[in-house]
Amino acid sequence: MKKVLKPLILVIVLALVPYVGVTYGKLDYLFAIIVPYAATAILVLGMIWRLIDWLRRPVPFRIPTTCGQEQSLDWIKTNPLECPSNPFMAAMRVLSEVFLFRSLFRNTRAELHSGPKLVYGSHKWLWLGGLAFHWSLLIVVIRHARFFFEAMPFPVQMIETMDSLLDVTVPTLFLTDAVALAAVTFLVLRRLQDEKMRLISLSTDYFPLFLIGAIAAIGVSMRYVTKVNIMPVKALTLSLAHFGFDAPEPIGALFYVHLFLVCVLLAYVPFSKLVHMGAIFLSPTRNLPNDSRAKRHVNPWNPDIKFRTYAEYEDEFREKMKKAGLPVEKQ
Amino acid sequence: MSNKYALKPEELKKEFEQKKPRIPKGNFAGKDWWDLPVEFRDGNWCFPAKPEVLDDLHFPNPRKWAATDKDWKLPAGWEKTIREGMKDRLKRFRSFKLFMDSCVRCGACADKCHFFLGTGDPKNMPVIRAELVRSVYRKDLTAFAGILTKFSGSRTLTAEVIKEWHMYFNQCTECRRCSVFCPMGIDTAEITMMARELLNLIGVNNNWILAPVANCNRTGNHLGIEPHTFEQNIMSLVDDIEDLTGVTVNPTFNRKGAKILFITPSGDVFGDPGVYTMMGYLLLFHHIGLDYTISTYASEGGNFGMFTSNEMMKKINAKMYHEAKRLGVDWILGGECGHMWRVVHQYMNTMNGPADFLKEPVSPITGTKFTNAKATKMVHIAEFTADLIKNGKLKLDPKRNDHLRTTFHDSCNVARGMGMLEEPRYVLNKVCNVFYEMPENTIREQTFCCGSGSGLNAEEFMDIRMRGGFPRASAVAHVREKHKVDSLVTICAIDRASLPPLMRYWNPGVTVYGLHELVGNALIMNGEKKRTEDLRENPMAGFEEDDDE
Repeated sequence: MKKVLKPLILVIVLALVPYVGVTYGKLDYLFAIIVPYAATAILVLGMIWRLIDWLRRPVPFRIPTTCGQEQSLDWIKTNPLECPSNPFMAAMRVLSEVFLFRSLFRNTRAELHSGPKLVYGSHKWLWLGGLAFHWSLLIVVIRHARFFFEAMPFPVQMIETMDSLLDVTVPTLFLTDAVALAAVTFLVLRRLQDEKMRLISLSTDYFPLFLIGAIAAIGVSMRYVTKVNIMPVKALTLSLAHFGFDAPEPIGALFYVHLFLVCVLLAYVPFSKLVHMGAIFLSPTRNLPNDSRAKRHVNPWNPDIKFRTYAEYEDEFREKMKKAGLPVEKQ
Repeated sequence: MSNKYALKPEELKKEFEQKKPRIPKGNFAGKDWWDLPVEFRDGNWCFPAKPEVLDDLHFPNPRKWAATDKDWKLPAGWEKTIREGMKDRLKRFRSFKLFMDSCVRCGACADKCHFFLGTGDPKNMPVIRAELVRSVYRKDLTAFAGILTKFSGSRTLTAEVIKEWHMYFNQCTECRRCSVFCPMGIDTAEITMMARELLNLIGVNNNWILAPVANCNRTGNHLGIEPHTFEQNIMSLVDDIEDLTGVTVNPTFNRKGAKILFITPSGDVFGDPGVYTMMGYLLLFHHIGLDYTISTYASEGGNFGMFTSNEMMKKINAKMYHEAKRLGVDWILGGECGHMWRVVHQYMNTMNGPADFLKEPVSPITGTKFTNAKATKMVHIAEFTADLIKNGKLKLDPKRNDHLRTTFHDSCNVARGMGMLEEPRYVLNKVCNVFYEMPENTIREQTFCCGSGSGLNAEEFMDIRMRGGFPRASAVAHVREKHKVDSLVTICAIDRASLPPLMRYWNPGVTVYGLHELVGNALIMNGEKKRTEDLRENPMAGFEEDDDE
């Protein structure tokens, strides 16, 4: 399983870089200031470039995948979400994909049974795992906003309170920490367990999972096990939030591993499949209303094509047409 | 039902029994997909276009070759042609670019493809089908991924890759079922269309697609039927109708001043069982006294240009509006067809519109405005008929279809490229009494392709067709066992051509019908004689000659 080991080793090596750098090379400044700024710049500029790059390419045809009844005769019940007839419902459709993974919810699993016949079972694990993974990561990211503000913004505080409902550890256990780790484990295991998934998966599918898994695991261990000193961390993050360049107070090497891996992830986004976070909004099978018979969609490069006109056709077949009694334009 | 191009049904059944419950076939443990060989053999490839067909179309690289040849005689500099062609299409189609970039390989699409379910060939999983192109895209066209070749699954464009593209982009019927399940909305049909455009640039092609394209260009229809023969064929159906019902219907051809131009796939005019659907249309139009005409020039609803390139699709489609304008009709009515309706619904007005010389379609019988077609000005026959029935304009006796126990097959393009699901069901339920749905994962937006769509209905492709049609056949078998269904009703001309052999192979005894054939059976015509047989001259149940009820 070289495909799996290579990205695993890569993540381990990437984790060792700041550890060695900070412990033996005194490269705190590099990993605390320079790398985070560089990574953020790559993420922001990279994603802007990707979006512009996509948006400047035209959408020549209106090609929504219709997954429900279209709007037609007024007594026929339509399915406005799965077959939107206006831009507002198309936007709702995209949001249902982004926030609820609507299409994944349909997932089934096919099996061959005796007969032979095909049987389809409901298979929502991928939907559930994917949803848990993405939502918990989003909440974890929002919770981290506490490091970038002097006083915690109210919405962040609210999310934190909700996230710590299960108050069983000291410090309080965040549900999303557990969910994120479980979900990332599930997503790795499902790629390894199924023969189809093993064949489909590339190293670039495992790499971000290992990277996110490592970031989460180190984050959790800093909070619950090694208990990193939070004061210099907050001083650093506040400084970063204000575009400061002051050298940080000493922080444990583990923190730098966490931070560096986050930076790798940020910089990796625009150049990898992780661009799907932007692409999903643009998918022309989802974000267009199914109204192409009611409203003309314009193709900016609509080519001029010479087709065979009726006149040319009649010229070839005129005698035969006359004989058959078909009307002709010219005698 | 077998020939040298397909296994006997028992042999294929045995293959499935042996690997169940697994779908994939063979052992590929420890291998990467790009290590799996591409093997052309009888039944899994379509004959390439004949040189004269390519000459006719001014397409490149006419030559005699076969997919089983070692050397495909690709033109000099073909690599450059493909690369430039890809770059150009990535620029013109946001869809193509996005679908190259956004796949996360979650695998949701894997077991949604009828070709994967039927062949078990892992490269028929939509995700890998797309990776066949993506791997080249990464290597050649994206700066970073190319550096780490194996890591990112990217590879160099070679003649072997072209063979692989030819194999697997001709084992995709552009049915879009995978795109229903994809969380990113990636549509493999779009990628297949691009790949086929690219392959056509270097003369890697399919005669079953390009010969109809050439015919359609010259004579107006796929079969190359000249105007007088086209007319004669419909007139012979008129005679059949007279024999069966005693009613003389009067279709007109190329008639200026008609209110409506009717266009249907030429398969309805020439193919069995399509002709019975045509008889249904003719009876219907006569019944309501529709002022319509049929064109011998725009005599094809289907558009195999769609399976070739967007330019060819536009060229062939242009005839519809051109003819409607010449004849001065108000609007166009379209017959039952799958990909024709994807073209009409999603492409026609963009490519060849605006159709401002036509009027917004209004049913002359009911006065209903078809506002959903107000720009394209083309109405689907199922919408048209559903509206007639709803308004009580048809005299129907559904008992005349009591000899049929029906189920309905949604055609892919109408379901997933248009969203027309209810109209045909409404009509069907009004013209027959016995109707059962197939399982929900196999109908409506989740419908399974017949296995032969998008120009793959070739005889020499029988093995893949029978495998690709297996999911559909399996669903039919289900309602046959449970409800004794014996009639598969469709609204697609390709289905009417491809499902009969599929049923003979998997479900002998199940017959394929067009929706309007059943409408024709049920219509009580003015001045008709006592009808005892349906349009196929099969006896109807309860209408026997001596029945004196």
